[in-house]
Amino acid sequence: MDQFDIIVVGGGHAGVEAAAVAARMGARTALVSFDLDAIGAMSCNPAIGGLGKGHLVREVDACDGIIARAADAGAIHYRMLNRSKGSAVQGPRVQADRKRFKAAVQQLLRQQASLTLVEGEAAALRMSGGRVTGIELSDGTGLAAQAVVLCTGTFLGGILFRGEERIVGGRIGEQSAQRLAVQLREASLPMARLKTGTPPRLDGRTIDWARLEEQPSDAEHWTMSALPPKARGPGRVLPQVFCAITRTNTQSHDVIRANLHRSPLFSGAIGAQGPRYCPSIEDKIHRFGDRDGHQVFLEPEGLDTHLVYPNGISTSLPADVQLAMLRTMEGLEQVEMVVPGYAVEYDHIDPRALRSSLELRDLPGLYCAGQINGTTGYEEAAAQGLVAGMSAAARVLGRDPIALDRANSYMAVMVDDLTLHGVSEPYRMLTARAEYRLRLRANNATSRLTPLAIAAGCIGPERAEWFGRREAARGQMNAALDLAVTGHELVSAGLPVRADVGRLPLREWLRFAGIDVVALAPWLGSDFTQDPELAAELAEDAAYAPYLARQEAELADLRAGEALQLGDDFPYDQIPGLSREMVERLSKARPATLAAAGRLPGITPAALAALLVHARRRSDLAA
Amino acid sequence: MADTIFALSSGAPPAAIAVIRISGPAAGTALHALAGRLPGDRRAVTAVLRDGNGAVLDRALVLWLPGPQTATGEDTAELHLHGGRAVISAVMDRLGELPDLRAAEPGEFTRRAFANGRIDLAEAEGLADLLSAETDLQRQAALARAGGAVSRPVEQWRERLLELSATVEAVLDFADEDDVAVLPGNFLKQINALWEELKSWLARPKAEALREGYRVVIAGPPNAGKSTLFNILVQSEAAIATPIAGTTRDVLTRPVGYAGIPFLFADTAGLHDATDDVVEAIGIERALEALDRADLVLWLGPEGEGPTGAWEISAQSDRPQGAPKVQARHRISAVTGEGIDDLIADLIESARQALPKPGEAALNQRQHDLLNEAARALRAATEEADPLLAAEALRLARVCFDGLLGRTTTEDMLDALFGRFCIGK
Repeated sequence: MDQFDIIVVGGGHAGVEAAAVAARMGARTALVSFDLDAIGAMSCNPAIGGLGKGHLVREVDACDGIIARAADAGAIHYRMLNRSKGSAVQGPRVQADRKRFKAAVQQLLRQQASLTLVEGEAAALRMSGGRVTGIELSDGTGLAAQAVVLCTGTFLGGILFRGEERIVGGRIGEQSAQRLAVQLREASLPMARLKTGTPPRLDGRTIDWARLEEQPSDAEHWTMSALPPKARGPGRVLPQVFCAITRTNTQSHDVIRANLHRSPLFSGAIGAQGPRYCPSIEDKIHRFGDRDGHQVFLEPEGLDTHLVYPNGISTSLPADVQLAMLRTMEGLEQVEMVVPGYAVEYDHIDPRALRSSLELRDLPGLYCAGQINGTTGYEEAAAQGLVAGMSAAARVLGRDPIALDRANSYMAVMVDDLTLHGVSEPYRMLTARAEYRLRLRANNATSRLTPLAIAAGCIGPERAEWFGRREAARGQMNAALDLAVTGHELVSAGLPVRADVGRLPLREWLRFAGIDVVALAPWLGSDFTQDPELAAELAEDAAYAPYLARQEAELADLRAGEALQLGDDFPYDQIPGLSREMVERLSKARPATLAAAGRLPGITPAALAALLVHARRRSDLAA
Repeated sequence: MADTIFALSSGAPPAAIAVIRISGPAAGTALHALAGRLPGDRRAVTAVLRDGNGAVLDRALVLWLPGPQTATGEDTAELHLHGGRAVISAVMDRLGELPDLRAAEPGEFTRRAFANGRIDLAEAEGLADLLSAETDLQRQAALARAGGAVSRPVEQWRERLLELSATVEAVLDFADEDDVAVLPGNFLKQINALWEELKSWLARPKAEALREGYRVVIAGPPNAGKSTLFNILVQSEAAIATPIAGTTRDVLTRPVGYAGIPFLFADTAGLHDATDDVVEAIGIERALEALDRADLVLWLGPEGEGPTGAWEISAQSDRPQGAPKVQARHRISAVTGEGIDDLIADLIESARQALPKPGEAALNQRQHDLLNEAARALRAATEEADPLLAAEALRLARVCFDGLLGRTTTEDMLDALFGRFCIGK
């Protein structure tokens, strides 16, 4: 039997990152997928990033992950969302050529040492002594490992719905993992079902583009990955295409309303909850009946395909209704539908059964990442894959994983939310979920996480070398910002400040309206703008500094609470003064630390204080 | 195992009886060591207490209260001693020698009661005030606070704030959607309305005013009859009143209740410009400090020379040599008692205006500080042009409300809370 350290099941965004990071850390890793050619496929929209999601992509990238580099390799349209707002909520987003994105993922994996790609269906988990010890493929082959990471996406017990049709599968034209689903249900893990959906794909040649409002790619030169491509220097690889915007109208809504009963969402066929953040078009019409139209973004799927993805009209209506609805929209009067949209219902695990390492508390050795944990989105999946793969590899190799917390990463915010609160709908990242988002910017992910990732041993030599150079530059730039200059000098140079302000370091001048690094170039020196991304990051650090300072007390509180471990075996039912309701909530979520307990909904101050006192007592006893 | 604590839990010695409480797993062994036996559960018996050499310390009443049905939830013993200082310190010394026993920290008995589920935090917070609530008014305010009179409005503000936050967050996270791209027009107005409400609460008298009492400072030049008036008001001969100028050299305070209202009267050294006496100079300095902290000053000096807002009192009206004030608020005589009742009635009325009303929630200092911070954050939110920074300001306000509701319970908060209990309660 083949022996690995880590086996990753599933070749989607979660599986790819999990396998890649484990291998980067030096664990002997296998990635098992139904179809090796489908590894890195984008099942839904051909886009990576967005608000909150772009942050996750940059964080995975800061740990030397795959997704951002593959996105750049396939990017045919760049857009910085929230451009007009504060940089902490700006979300980088690209549209990627499906084929090229997938090819880039597969190429990066093939280059990765200690990673083996295995084609086959993971039919069952092997267990021994209460631990997971490997998997069995459907052809009977056994693969042994010290840890298994499940990244099954919508393939676990997946069923597709389109109008009256039912198809067993995780993605159109592909099988789903039914046997594994049965085994997990039998292991009495807390399972539930969720639903998601995808819109129809259109033939771009049948769209009347000329009548539609164009949305060009951003002119700037930012990229998803912070790491510049070696050969070409920083920049974008592929030619850029434009998107277009159309809208649904009352006519489209009439078509949908007349056929609502044929949608499995409304006929009762799908009972599972779908994402509020990304509702199907029939849901939008039903819930917001007073709107006379909804935006639809027409996004090209690639450079050498005519497929177009109409973002905003995910649907499970019957194919004939989908086509009728499409043709009511401006520019789509003659449109041909290549693949109709559908809804998917799939199994997921209640993520409260997971530790913050994403290991199942009751099934040691089994880690879960991605949609199986109740999330939606490539970016959410990729970030969880990174966390699970890194945690599993760190445990097998006897190392420490990166210490992630809500104040250093969106990844930790997501894992914390999932493992403490569970999900009632597919979980999507939003910047509003991160209370310390002023410090968690997409553009400072490298500074926040790469040093930690280097310490955890999950950074390849190329990025480590680049980061070293960047740190040196950063040190010089920081020193340049310390230079103190008088208001009088700035006024003499024609800058809009008051001469009587006195002498301030340049970093503080950056907080004044009308002052930026370009205006201060005469004092900062020419080196400063060698790396405009880094310059922008330092300027933002300076601008946000007073706000960050105000959070210090809160952060000290957070970290003190995180330092107080409760542990899996904390005897909630034996603590006097805890009501039965509190015991129930706490036992279900099993918060790892006191701070985590404080974030649980409905936990009262009295309960927290009782936990605090008892946790102290326990640690005193242990000492 | 937790160690065992002990403390004198009755008032300051000397007294007729002194009660020492011992709580913790070693309480039984400690009682056995002192009394030579363990009495029956929950039964007061007399016992001879002896030290390590068998010498008699005291003949005392002792109780054995096995946990968990005790005030602290732990095994507890009580020693009711004869209340002389020597006896108490001898017994305390003996207890300190026993293994696993130590003197309690302030508030530690209550903390253990709380840790063992005998009381909850809300009870504890009201309890701290109830313990020191000597008058009816204090008791009612403490009850109002324990009953949620503060947390109810905070809950309601928090709800409103959450909606305002959600409005900004929608603009930040769903900028792509057509209908939430910009902040609604009444956004700032709503924040301001909330701010106004907080401000009006902040303007209310603080709970500490109740706990400490309405501070009335009697001031004036030497030998103006301040101490005589003070003694009448506190109904005792607390201050030495003589015809010799400069008799009172320190600030003397006494708490007194009138009509259920707590007063703290202060007698001060006579104020005059030059003195060679170092002690008297310090007394005058302290008198000036007391004036700064006064809620009300009774001015017995020359008309118009007292601090702003002071009541002009014409004292010693039975001593014809004192120049009568033209616009005295009260004319009193210590000898005949003339005008005293009117003065007291006036003081009661004035204190009623200044102190929290019965049943009205009063904020304590901690709550006041947090609410003030929330108000500041709301103000900041209206001044930020970038919705991201406005959202951050609103978040800070939310953190303050959470703190008010005790949502972020930290060790510090508990320490501060339990530290207010006197040892041994």
